[in-house]
Amino acid sequence: MGLLNFGQIVPYIPFIIQGVKVTLLFTLLSTVFGFIWGSVLALIKISDIKPLKWLAVAYTSVFRGTPLILQLTFVYFATPQLFGYNISQIEAAVLTFTLNSGAYISETIRAGIMAVDKGQREAAMSLGVPYRRMMFDIILPQAFKNILPALVNESIALLKESALVSTIGVADIMQQANVVKGATFNYFAPYLVAGGLYYVMVMILTWVARMVEGRLRRSD
Amino acid sequence: MIKVENLSKSFGKLDVLHDISAEIGKGDVIAIIGPSGSGKSTLLRCMNLLEVPTKGHVYVDGQDITSGKTDIMKIRQKIGMVFQHFHLFPHMTVLQNLMYAPMKVKNISKEQAEKKGRELLARVGLSDKADVYPSRLSGGQKQRVAIARSLAMEPEIMLFDEPTSALDPEMVKEVLEVMKGLAHTGITMAIVTHEMGFAREVADQIWFLDGGRLVEQASPQEFFKQPKSERARQFLEKVL
Repeated sequence: MGLLNFGQIVPYIPFIIQGVKVTLLFTLLSTVFGFIWGSVLALIKISDIKPLKWLAVAYTSVFRGTPLILQLTFVYFATPQLFGYNISQIEAAVLTFTLNSGAYISETIRAGIMAVDKGQREAAMSLGVPYRRMMFDIILPQAFKNILPALVNESIALLKESALVSTIGVADIMQQANVVKGATFNYFAPYLVAGGLYYVMVMILTWVARMVEGRLRRSD
Repeated sequence: MIKVENLSKSFGKLDVLHDISAEIGKGDVIAIIGPSGSGKSTLLRCMNLLEVPTKGHVYVDGQDITSGKTDIMKIRQKIGMVFQHFHLFPHMTVLQNLMYAPMKVKNISKEQAEKKGRELLARVGLSDKADVYPSRLSGGQKQRVAIARSLAMEPEIMLFDEPTSALDPEMVKEVLEVMKGLAHTGITMAIVTHEMGFAREVADQIWFLDGGRLVEQASPQEFFKQPKSERARQFLEKVL
């Protein structure tokens, strides 16, 4: 026996690895959707359409002002009652994380857009470039370059927070570790393995981010 | 070409321009001079509506651009602008900077835009810089690219907002040379500048602004020899 009895959980390691796939897929989906949703919110926030702007600000405030685990529980358990739609665990998880990280990302993107020199806007305007084109071709590429480190930090945070989805039973790394713990009564080894997996994934992501950033800095 | 009528502009409580009326004819080169804070740049920026006048009208080719009914994007395609701080697009190469607006705004083919872009780079003496990013250029080179970028849209009017004020002294000349060359092509130009020698040599007319008023309009010969207003006399004593 003993705390460090890894031999006991070796047969379960492939089972825990299965969780890696779920965690990665989940993080990828949430990052992509959260980014798209955050961009939309950011564009609304800097627009002149007052009611929409107000809604976006209120939205952000609510999602940043309440616990993520509450939002997750709410979406998973309240959706079937509210809409009569039997939402799956992974759907509920992706939806919640998209809504939540969209709120955070929208603030990052908004700040990134505001930080682009206003001369860029004026130069584009003086060339007769329409607003939409100016945003997509001139302002946003520069904004994204500046906020890339912040965006990667956000996806790293998402990866780690994704462990929360185990609370509604999504079979991610955390949940698989829980199962192994239940089967073996060994609390130490499964969570250590899970922790190691999370750590390695975060390190890889950090490294990728550095490479991408290096490429983007080419024009400096 | 451009007519300014009873133009006033204030930012909040600060009045920057008072009741300015003047006209720029086709092919004219106007130098707008005056002390700092006299409203020169604001006046220039009202001409392509980067600043919206508080009162008065601006007509471009007879169209009232201040009426709110005019398609300002269309008008701006006819008016090039060069800024003090260049404002090149940093994420595009020099050539891409020149090709972007013609392709995306005027829907010109890539081949044609590139041909035009390379021609213009040759004209400003920067053919060898086509594929570098703006961050690799000196200030003078940046400004020449910025001029070429504006010219790529084949504007009828060029506005220059202190184009040499942010440059190291030894780079001023190369930019002024390009502008001189441009003035000889017969394009209409309005230039806010502190380069008195350049204004005297190139401009057809001097507009002297002080305290938001157009104090004097005169030919360079008259203006630099014997300015009519006391204020212009004082100004010239200090700068010449």
